[in-house]
Amino acid sequence: MSATETQALLRVRGLTVAFPTARGNVDVVKSLDFDLARGSALGIVGESGSGKSMTSLAVMGLLPKGAIRTGSIEFDGTELTALREREMQSIRGDRIAMIFQDPLSSLNPYYTVGTQIAEAYRSHRRGVTRRQARAVAIEAMERVHIRDAARRVDHYPHQFSGGMRQRVMIAMTLSMEPDLIIADEPTTALDVTVQAQILDLLAEIRADTGAGLVLITHDLAVVSEVTDHIVVMRDGGLVEQGAAERIFCDPQEAYTRMLLDAVPRIDDEIGLLRTMTAAQEDR
Amino acid sequence: MIRFLVNRLLGMAVVLFLVCLFTFVIFFVLSPDPAVQICGKNCSVEAIDQIRANLGLDQPFWAQFWTFISGLFAGRTYGTGANMIECAAPCLGYSFQSSQPVTDMILQRLPVSATVAIGAAVLWLLAGVGGGLISAVREGRFADRFITGLSLTGMSIPNYVLGLSLQFLLVVTLGWLPFPQAVPFGEDPAQWFANFLMPWIVLSIGAAAVYTRLTRANVIETLQENYVRTARAKGLSPGLVWRRHALRPALTPIVTIFGMDFAGLLGGALITETVFGLNGVGKLAADSITKNDQPVIMGVTLLAAFLVVVGNMVVDLLYTTIDPRVRVGSTA
Repeated sequence: MSATETQALLRVRGLTVAFPTARGNVDVVKSLDFDLARGSALGIVGESGSGKSMTSLAVMGLLPKGAIRTGSIEFDGTELTALREREMQSIRGDRIAMIFQDPLSSLNPYYTVGTQIAEAYRSHRRGVTRRQARAVAIEAMERVHIRDAARRVDHYPHQFSGGMRQRVMIAMTLSMEPDLIIADEPTTALDVTVQAQILDLLAEIRADTGAGLVLITHDLAVVSEVTDHIVVMRDGGLVEQGAAERIFCDPQEAYTRMLLDAVPRIDDEIGLLRTMTAAQEDR
Repeated sequence: MIRFLVNRLLGMAVVLFLVCLFTFVIFFVLSPDPAVQICGKNCSVEAIDQIRANLGLDQPFWAQFWTFISGLFAGRTYGTGANMIECAAPCLGYSFQSSQPVTDMILQRLPVSATVAIGAAVLWLLAGVGGGLISAVREGRFADRFITGLSLTGMSIPNYVLGLSLQFLLVVTLGWLPFPQAVPFGEDPAQWFANFLMPWIVLSIGAAAVYTRLTRANVIETLQENYVRTARAKGLSPGLVWRRHALRPALTPIVTIFGMDFAGLLGGALITETVFGLNGVGKLAADSITKNDQPVIMGVTLLAAFLVVVGNMVVDLLYTTIDPRVRVGSTA
């Protein structure tokens, strides 16, 4: 069927996430629409509190207790919002994988990285032996360029550096060969040189596996390197979206322009780095 | 690892030495002259001097302390010539009241205290960790509130009140339990069990309450850890997330306080043993205090200190196997 070729991998329509409070529901994501084409990369950009992370957790079905999710999230033709928890479990990790911001706290300190990479594989693929899962873990670690993987597989998270820990997190998602990887601020906790390496790695993996990528960040410099399409969010709502080049060269909205101006450039005159003024914040 | 062990052992020795010194100072300086006490009412000055010499009380403080310490490791002798008594290591001296060796008195009663401690520990672990888990799973709902209220009550009731009320209720009023009689396990297991049931319950209530709250707090906190979210994002089943990623980190701190609590209890439960008339180390201490039987009080104090220090050490060693961050240093 040729229609699947053109059908979006992820199709979000009218996604709203609300938290009930004493003074009524507070919407943290407001009626969001976006599409991710198969094999492409989408950047969701916005300052903190703009609802980017809630959007990603809504797709994963991992919203905090009490959150109300409405709207439609269609993944590869399946309506995720209609699935039961058990069905969602079989998609999580297997077909949609997620990478989190702080790799140290996102890894369990009590288990070796090998165990943590292998456990997802074992729980999704019935009848896999411990040894097979271990081999998969080592292979995944090699694919994210962790040297000496066969030995490092038995090490604990605290024995790795920050960048290496994030590689372990990526290896964890890779072992399942997911169709979609959601990376929530994957480089924010890392120093600049390591950031570049991790972004390169994500790009490399995307080229290798053809997986779709949703990259969530507050850093426009990061999305500019990796993504084809950009969604700009503010206060839970959509500001604008479009092809990455178009957003960078010809932003339509004042807010997007402001975000772009906040990115330091090498050709800028010294002292002209612009930040958001209080008046603009109040807008 | 070996360095860690040596360090810990040295620290342990220092702590125990200081405990010895302090207890010795307290009894040497503060208590009334034991020789007068032993000699009785109609007593001559010569007789008192004789007793002093026999017990070594005529020696200066440091000499007495040295004799005491060396007695612990190598044994010591009392008196001279035909009256000489050999006290084998570990020598804690003789009771002023019964003239029995303190070491034997304690060893005789240790099994009773151990039985009380082990039974209570099993009960409070089951009740405390179990209650805490239920509370954490049902956070904010009826079961949680009920258990929290119950543990608050448990924490607030003093042991002797609970002990006496239970005795009155279960034995006297309801007649559900037989009147306590000292029987060995081999003779009448049912009576033996019934004897210990109340002390177990009384001793475990307070600790169970503390463990319930601790377990509840730890589990709720761990469930909010990022790595639990990672585990869910991997698509693990809720049961697996719980068992593997929430329970182990949440229960690790319990091991620490359990080791300490249990070791402390092995050294005798003063109030509970007295209330239930159990001939354990705790009752021995209580009896000796009222009779000012210094060697026995010192022996019991040292034993309790020793057990706590050893318990602490065991917990530290256990920790190195439980928590990989302690076991293997950072190598990257």
